Amino acid sequence: MSKVIIIDDEPLARSMTKEFLQKHPSLDVIEECNDGFEGLKAIQTHQPDLIFLDIQMPKINGFEMLELLDNPPSVIFTTAFDEYAIKAFETHAIDYLLKPFTQERFDQAIAKWNEQQANSNPSQTQELLESIAQSPAQNQRIVVKNGSKIKIIPVHDVHYLEAADDYVKIHTAEGYFLKNKTMTWFENTLDKQHFVRSHRSYIVNVQQITRIDPYEKDNHVAILRSQVHVPVSRNGYSKLKNVLGI
Amino acid sequence: MQPSPLSINKFRIFFILCTLGILTDNIIVIHYLNQPWEIAIVDGLVSVGLLTLAGLLIIHTLRFYLPTGKQYINIFSKCLILAVIWVLLIKVILHFFYGQNAAYSKLLYESLPVRFSIGFLLLGCFTMIGILWFSQQEQKESETRKQDAEKLAKEAELFKLRQQLQPHFLFNSLNSINALIGTRPEEARRMVQQLSEFLRGTIKKEDTDWISLKEELQYLELYLNIEKVRFGNRLSTAFQIDKESTELKIPALLLQPIVENAIKFGLYDTTGQTEIILSAKKEGGHLLIAVTNPFDPATASPIHGTGFGLKSIQRRLYLLFGRKDLLTSTAKDNTFTSIIKIPQTQNHE
Repeated sequence: MSKVIIIDDEPLARSMTKEFLQKHPSLDVIEECNDGFEGLKAIQTHQPDLIFLDIQMPKINGFEMLELLDNPPSVIFTTAFDEYAIKAFETHAIDYLLKPFTQERFDQAIAKWNEQQANSNPSQTQELLESIAQSPAQNQRIVVKNGSKIKIIPVHDVHYLEAADDYVKIHTAEGYFLKNKTMTWFENTLDKQHFVRSHRSYIVNVQQITRIDPYEKDNHVAILRSQVHVPVSRNGYSKLKNVLGI
Repeated sequence: MQPSPLSINKFRIFFILCTLGILTDNIIVIHYLNQPWEIAIVDGLVSVGLLTLAGLLIIHTLRFYLPTGKQYINIFSKCLILAVIWVLLIKVILHFFYGQNAAYSKLLYESLPVRFSIGFLLLGCFTMIGILWFSQQEQKESETRKQDAEKLAKEAELFKLRQQLQPHFLFNSLNSINALIGTRPEEARRMVQQLSEFLRGTIKKEDTDWISLKEELQYLELYLNIEKVRFGNRLSTAFQIDKESTELKIPALLLQPIVENAIKFGLYDTTGQTEIILSAKKEGGHLLIAVTNPFDPATASPIHGTGFGLKSIQRRLYLLFGRKDLLTSTAKDNTFTSIIKIPQTQNHE
């Protein structure tokens, strides 16, 4: 028996998936969830083998939910329309069902998943999440786990980002939050007009900068409204000048 | 290419009268200078006839090559050349006819500078009139073109703004129908019906159409009923409509995106029970409509800033009424309210 969780904010959509699952008695639906928060909790509790995941949902979307999981389960996305997502699915050979879908198409997706299980192919979910970064919904906010709570940080509240081993520290007025992502991921995700990689280990929110002072030979330092000094490399300085139009 | 001024009756008559006037003048002057009528008439016909031809040539040229800026010098030097050729032709032709007549020959020879001056003056005037006419035509044409382009752009923009039918909504509705077919076929049928009527309304209506609030509300009800099926019991709606406002007119499909917006933040982005309230009343010369929905400040504002996706509605109101103050919105606690004012001064029938 494989454990399955269905995460979708529309009851009828969930019942559709459940109906199609009747043909697959080896798959057992252990929980249905209304949104990403519920989904996250259910996944952590039950450790399912497979989830059916909608993308557009209240609070946090399907991708943001996956980002918060350390070991995301296999995913079959069920979505009505999302041009960014569909492109990403196609490039990562992850299966997705476009609503409305048929039993046949559904069975195909299950067959594909079974095959992947048999070959123990690694899930490509992580790579998918890397590439989905550019979608417009993703670059307006950052979702992080803060203890057991989920925190949604609007990007304009971010002062600067700092590399910290495998994590990135997201500094805000409320202190910092950690997210298990690379600097490059953030550099690509965030709006380049507002967030500049000023240094190998720093990305700074341009709107927080009050002034830029020279610092030692060839280097500069950006002074933020919060009086924090953020290092600026030579390369970073020219990027900053470019964005600020100076 | 612009029409020649001579294609317009008024100008044709003016042109002919001028020609006749100059002809008469020419004949009388020659006769006055002691020449017999016969010679005076032939002289007049030849001179004025050739001058008329030169005039027509100028008009024709201007029709294709309207001078711009420095080219004026060019066109006037052409006038000058034309006047010289004209005078030479007169001399040759009239000499051919009356060369033996010594008195006329002398007159012809002596009058050449005067003839040249008058010819140049007339051709110059004529050129000026032509230039004025054609540049005015060109300006008129570019004006029309500009207006046409603006009108097209405006129409296209309005079309786009109102055609923002969410594919997301459509596909999800189809998915719900798909789910209902198996378990509750009656409801599936009703939903197909509602969805069809809703889509028909979106396609059929034009921006310029003004419909009564009552009609628009019926249409909104279709939309809200579909959403109620999709989200089960989570959505409830309340219409608080003043009696006297139901017959007031509003532009078709104007309310739709506002309610869609309320659904987007009130229903798609929250998890609990959602109530959307729509109220309408008459106030002064306006129809006042307020749409209220709950929202989640933690998730809604980061995505959409404070504008709440109402920009396109704002833009449409501006295109329709030329005003930017017709849509206001307030977010208080967890409640978002959009208020739209629709002027009732429009002449619509």
